[in-house]
Order: sequence, then C-alpha cells, then structure tokens
Amino acid sequence: MSEYRNLVDVACPGSVVDEFEGPGDELTIEIGRDRIREVCQFLKGEPAAFRQLSDVTCVDILAGNGRGDRFRLAYQLFSMESGDRLRLRVWADAGQPEVDSVTGVWATANWHEREVYDMFGVRFSDHPDLSRILMPFDWEGHPLRRDYPLGGEEVKFSDAV
Amino acid sequence: MSTDQSDVFALEAREAREVARREGRPLAETERIVAMVEADTAQEALARTHANEEISSAAAPGYREPMIINLGPQHPSTHGVLRLVTELDGEVVRDIHPVIGYLHTGIEKQCENKTYWQGITLVTRMDYLSPFFNIHAYTQSVEKLLGLEVPPRAQWLRVMISELNRITSHLVWLGTSGLELGAISIFFYTYRERDRALDLFEMISGERMNNRYFQVGGCADDMPPGFEKLLRQFVTEMPSRIDEYEGLLSQNPIWLERTRGVGALPAEQLIDLGITGPALRAAGVDLDLRKARPYSGYEHFDFNIPVGTNGDAYDRYLVRLREMRESVRIIEQCLDGMPEGPHIADDRKVVLPPRGELATSMEALIHHFKLVTEGFSVPEGEAYSAVECPRGELGCYVVADGGPKPVRVHMRDPSFVNLQALRPMAKNAYLADLIVMIGSLDNVMGGVDR
Repeated sequence: MSEYRNLVDVACPGSVVDEFEGPGDELTIEIGRDRIREVCQFLKGEPAAFRQLSDVTCVDILAGNGRGDRFRLAYQLFSMESGDRLRLRVWADAGQPEVDSVTGVWATANWHEREVYDMFGVRFSDHPDLSRILMPFDWEGHPLRRDYPLGGEEVKFSDAV
Repeated sequence: MSTDQSDVFALEAREAREVARREGRPLAETERIVAMVEADTAQEALARTHANEEISSAAAPGYREPMIINLGPQHPSTHGVLRLVTELDGEVVRDIHPVIGYLHTGIEKQCENKTYWQGITLVTRMDYLSPFFNIHAYTQSVEKLLGLEVPPRAQWLRVMISELNRITSHLVWLGTSGLELGAISIFFYTYRERDRALDLFEMISGERMNNRYFQVGGCADDMPPGFEKLLRQFVTEMPSRIDEYEGLLSQNPIWLERTRGVGALPAEQLIDLGITGPALRAAGVDLDLRKARPYSGYEHFDFNIPVGTNGDAYDRYLVRLREMRESVRIIEQCLDGMPEGPHIADDRKVVLPPRGELATSMEALIHHFKLVTEGFSVPEGEAYSAVECPRGELGCYVVADGGPKPVRVHMRDPSFVNLQALRPMAKNAYLADLIVMIGSLDNVMGGVDR
C-alpha cells in the first residue's frame, strides 16, 4: 500500500475505493464519487502538498465498471516540492453523470471541467460557469463519447464538387 | 460588424438560450455574456448604449455602465482565433470573457480511430509552434505503456532537436510580440534565425513544420551528413544574435514602458491557476520539468533555469531570452557528448525494420507489413507523461485497452491552461495592455483548441 493512500485513508476514512500501480512509477488512487472534493482539499495542503492540479480529463468506458458507472475521470496532481505525481480516479454514473467540482480547491479546474462537460456530458456540481468551451453552445451531443460517431458531422459544401 | 455577421451571431445566441431552456437550467456565465453581445444588430447596440447612458446618469454620480465589445476572433493581436468579450469602462478593462474553440479540430477524437503510430502525425499539429514537444509527450506515454527502453543516442537526439525547437518557438514569440508593440524590425531579425533552424529541421526530418521525427522507440533517422557542422555553426552564432535582440529591446524606452509592471500576478495565484513555463518562472518559481522530473536524459546536462522577480511581461521577456541561451548550451553539450549506438530501439514488434532489410529478409517484410497495416498493440493501462515545452507543462494522457488503437488520447496543453490567467490579469488594466498580456503569455491557439 502506498504512502499517499495511507495518508488519504487516515485523513478521509472510507474515501479510498482502490489503488493501482504502474506502468512505471505511476500511482492511481480511486476515490468514492461523493468524497472527491474533500480528498482534493486534503491533498492540496500539508503534508501531501499537491499544490498543482495538472489536468482533469475523462475516459468513456462503454462496458462500465460493473456498478452502473461509465465515465472514468482522471485528476493529475503534481507536487512542486517533491516532484511526485498522483492520479485520482472517480467514476461517474452512466445515465446522469455528475461529480463535485474541484474548482474551489484549484482554480485551474474551471476550464478542465468545462472541457469534460463539453466533450463527455459529465456535469460538475457547484461549478461557477458550466458551459461548453470548445464546441458551439448550441451543439448537440458530446463528441468524445465512444458512441458518438466519427464523421457524424455533416460535411459542408460537399454538393459543390 | 456587418449585418450578415450579426445575424449569424444572433442565431447562435438564440439557440444557446433554447438549449438552456430545454435542459431546464439558467444560462452559464459565459453563455450569458456571449448571448448578450451577440443578440445585437448595430441598431440595437446603439439603442442599448443610449439606454445605458440614461441608467448611468440616473445612478450614483461617477457610475458608468460598461461597454461590451467583441475582440476577435479575427484580430491580428490575438495570436490566432481567440475571442475576448470585453467589458470596458472607457479605456479600462473591467472584465473579459475568453471564448475559445474556433480552431477545434477534434484531434483527440481522431486519435481514437487511428493506430498508435498514425496518432503521431495528428498530435504534431496541435501546438504548431512546438511540434517536437507534442510528439515527445505522446511517444513517451506510449513507450511507458509498452515498457520500451529508448536508446541513449535517441534520447540525446530528442533533447537536441527539442531545444532547437524551443529556440524557434521563442523566436516566433519574440518577433510577433515586438510587432504588436510597434517594434517592427525585431520581427525580421528573429525570423532570419528561425528560418535557418527550420532548414535544419528539414534536413533531419524532411519537413519544415509539423515534423514527424520522433517515433515510438526513438527517432526516425540519425543525423544526416553535414547536419552537425551546420548546427554547430548555428549555435555558435546564436548567442551574438540574442545579444542583438537584447540590444534592440532590453533598454528600449518604449519596450520598457509597455511591458514593465504589465500582467503581473502573485506566484501563489499562478500556481493555483495551474500556470507553468516562463509565465510562472518569471514570477520567481523555479519549476521546470527538465529539473523537477528529468526525462529523456536531461539529468546529464548542465543548464540553469532562468527566473524573474516581478512576474510582469518584461520579466517573461527576459526569462525567454535567457532560456534561449540555455538551450544553446544544451545543444552544444548534445553535440559534444552524443553517445554512439542506434537511433531507435531494436524491438521489431514496435519499430519498423531498417529499409534495406526489406529486400533480403522475409521476417523484416512480415514485420513491416504487420506494423503498417495493423499497427502494434499496447498492453492495457493508462499513462500520463509530460515534457517541458516552450509554454510550460505539455502532458499526454493515453489509455490503452490492449489493441492497436488507443481508447483515449488527451493532451494537457499549457496554452489552454495558461490562458485562464488572462482574466484575472486583465481586470482593471488598460485595453492597450491587454494585447501585451496576450502576447506575453505566448498562447498558441492550435494548442488551446486542439
């Protein structure tokens, strides 16, 4: 069991679901959906000191995790002091995917979460400005879902040739 | 704004409202401000201005309704298609709302439908000023998933070309930033050197831009004959060229006046906003992934991380100029200490066999055919690896399911993250300084929108 898992286990009992190691020196800790903000708040402060959130992104696993969840979110944390990286994993529901926003913990999460909402349709509760960011506001569907077809967009001017 | 254009905009705004109504939610902040600015025809905008004047005169003395204007997306100083909906009070910016996505090409989606080696061609085109860094982050993640060891010579070649790319990227930034502030001649000087570096890229990779030079396992080819001599010539001359740029700008009263004290934010806030690269280092934080988490053999090189003190546009300028000098030093060390050996790993299940073998070896032909048609399979798992690109941390997150195509490729592009700092920076600054801030953050819209 890793040092960081122990830290989280002690500070936020019952929040850790599982832990995965590799490849290389990568460490992933899976967190219960309703505990993510609390765990992030703890990890940002001492002693873990993950002061920077590098990235928030999502993977659409159509087969799901067997508990009715489909969207797997990945938070990449980075500690400037030790140079350590840590990935947090949270699963979001297949039907009404919604996860707590961590924008209040790291301001940088704002646009990352907007991108995940835009591309996957995962909503973030208490997000200050949850709107589409890369696609137009009136776009229908969420392009990075695995069941969203590639080439689903009508090709403009194709009748001209 | 022409009538036709405002009609299109008004339509988008109506549809945004319609979508929000259908989903039974209020408009989000950015949607509201965009709908507001888009719903106007020229006549409506005039009528609203008159109405605002009446509100202002009725409200407390000194109070003025902000004027909302669209800056971009087609504006030369926005470094691409960046749109800023700006709330102005006279010359002072009260607030800005960046609207991005105009260059979105769905590269991440396309990567899921291509084999791993085809994906390299796509990721190169994200941040078009630093193609080598894009591939580096991507190939590193794939190599990590494969557990593939990159030979030392390939690592050195990667470092050498990356640092040359850092110089060209900073040269573009310096030239265009000068141009925006009316220092026109600097542009010709920097593009003179950049073109010579592009010639070198062409020599080693066959392409001047969007170079597909790094492969999974190493580099596509070794240095061609004559390359080393030309690169040595380039790095010997470069320091005196940087002296020229400094001579043009560092003491230039207009440059100092326009950049000093502009766009400074406290280091703590920058870290919270996830800012990396020269924009963070200018504020005195010596975070550089080449030192913090050395990759590709960076631990063997002797170089410094330039940092600033105030974090304003002038400090960012100084940091980038010094970084170019450090890059020159690293390239010199690469050329002096280039290890012997292969330029790519010798794993025939992943790496294409040498061209010459195809005519004589049946095995090589089979491997070549399999790799080109089906691609190589990557064991199940997820990996994130990052490189220090000219703009900061460029990370690549790859999820594999054991097949020849990735399940997910995501780029953490520093331009995208750093752009978030623009809003707090621009609040209560002059409109003219906003252009300096955009320039000093050095965002590449190809990387922001992907």
